[in-house]
Amino acid sequence: MTTDTPPTAPEPTAETDEFWAAANQGRLLLKRCLGTGKMFHPPRTYSPFTGRSETEWSEASGVGKLYSFSVTNRRGTPHCIAYVGLAEGPIILSALVDCDFDTIKIGQNVRVVYVPSATGQLVPMFKPDTSDSTGPT
Amino acid sequence: MSIKSQAFVVGAYEHPTRNAADIPLPQLHAEVAAGALADAGLTLNDVDGYFCAGDVPGWESPGCGPFSIVEYLGLNLRHLDTTESWGSAYINHVAHAVQAIAAGKCRVALITQAGRPRAEGKSPERMHREQSQGAHEAQFELPYGPVVTNMYGMVAARHMYEHGTTSEQLAWIKVAASHHAQHNPNAMLRKVVTIEDVIESPIVSTPLHRLDCCIISDGGGALVVVHPDVARSLDRPMITPTGSGYNVKHLNGGYFDILASGGVRSGAEAFAQAGVTPRDIQYASIYDSFTITVLVQLENLGFCEVGQGGRFVSDGNLISGVGRLPLNTDGGGLCNNHPGNRGGMTKLIEAVRQLRGEAQQAVQVPGCSLALVHGTGGQLGSRHGSATLILERV
Repeated sequence: MTTDTPPTAPEPTAETDEFWAAANQGRLLLKRCLGTGKMFHPPRTYSPFTGRSETEWSEASGVGKLYSFSVTNRRGTPHCIAYVGLAEGPIILSALVDCDFDTIKIGQNVRVVYVPSATGQLVPMFKPDTSDSTGPT
Repeated sequence: MSIKSQAFVVGAYEHPTRNAADIPLPQLHAEVAAGALADAGLTLNDVDGYFCAGDVPGWESPGCGPFSIVEYLGLNLRHLDTTESWGSAYINHVAHAVQAIAAGKCRVALITQAGRPRAEGKSPERMHREQSQGAHEAQFELPYGPVVTNMYGMVAARHMYEHGTTSEQLAWIKVAASHHAQHNPNAMLRKVVTIEDVIESPIVSTPLHRLDCCIISDGGGALVVVHPDVARSLDRPMITPTGSGYNVKHLNGGYFDILASGGVRSGAEAFAQAGVTPRDIQYASIYDSFTITVLVQLENLGFCEVGQGGRFVSDGNLISGVGRLPLNTDGGGLCNNHPGNRGGMTKLIEAVRQLRGEAQQAVQVPGCSLALVHGTGGQLGSRHGSATLILERV
């Protein structure tokens, strides 16, 4: 286990309450733009592709590939920030946990896990995915 | 269409301090304003256009904003521009000053920048958190601990993954800066460093070492941009912006290339407007917040092919008198000065010195008449403003 101090708690808004409520149930939500069919993140009412409010919540698989990462020594504990390319398309900012940071590699498969933040709100993070059944492109 | 000869940069001043414990922020702005105006042969009474960003005191105070410093300086303005784009803002300000002068909105434009993060003990990390307050994406980012170093670290890691770039290649950028800084008596770090010094310095955030990071310093600088009639009445070299470009890079709903900054578009626009190409540039000032920032910008601006940045910066190619592209000959933010964690102003000032032939003798580019200034304000690895300016001595 390589989690350091609890993550800063997110401050949900009316646009994002659903995302964080789902995270507490172990579900990762994305917004889908109905005009283009593309999933996007961070979730918001208006589509960044069409500028229209025709968007809907959609549950993501929770698997993806590591796009990049950087390990920082935070007061003696290593912390690994990461960009994860989700199987559904968008690259999202997150952090890696539950692994040896010396062995991780860009491009490897990762899977979502949920880590309690300072208030107890669960926050999606990622760990290496060693199962063969999940191979996002 | 080129903006050549629509306005001229006639005054430039870099504050000599790097530790302003005894100089309050408003006074720093006043000192750099006085320095640049004296350099131009003008006074505060001549200024009718003022340009500043979020580093002026009172910016976030209710009701004050930039008016506080305008009152402190005693300016009588017809034109005010407070475009905030962090470290790149001052490069925008020069472009905006040209537009304002061409539109008849002012004749003498003053741009100031100052900061004292050392004196105030204000870390870039704290600035990052304050910057994010109220932003929609903050709830989706702050839980993961983004700070300046790890956000730039992810850019370097991806560049290494895609293109095989090495820490040694990145180190060449710092080595070049140190070779220049040894000749600058005001530089904060004047010691020449080696590749080994850089890669053996402690890791700050993988894969970046301490010597891949710019310094934190107090100080600032100012520029004066004027109408052609005013410029002709002064005894200063005639230096004119000929092209400018700006772009805001963002994460586009999660569909982005971390190695393609806003410089791709800001650079193309500036070169097209100036009617020149990267090959024509004799000197470049590129905001060097980290070594990786320079490497990515060189590719994005077209000085080399995408993926070839590591090769391009190697073997002293950025050292004046040695390589093809003398870069940041004052020592840059890596060695000389990075006042207020905003590198755009000092980049403009060194370009003006080069075009005037007033750079340190050991680093002066012979016959320098065409220079590029480029800055990234914000986070290279996420959202940022990119500003490019091409300056010519006529």
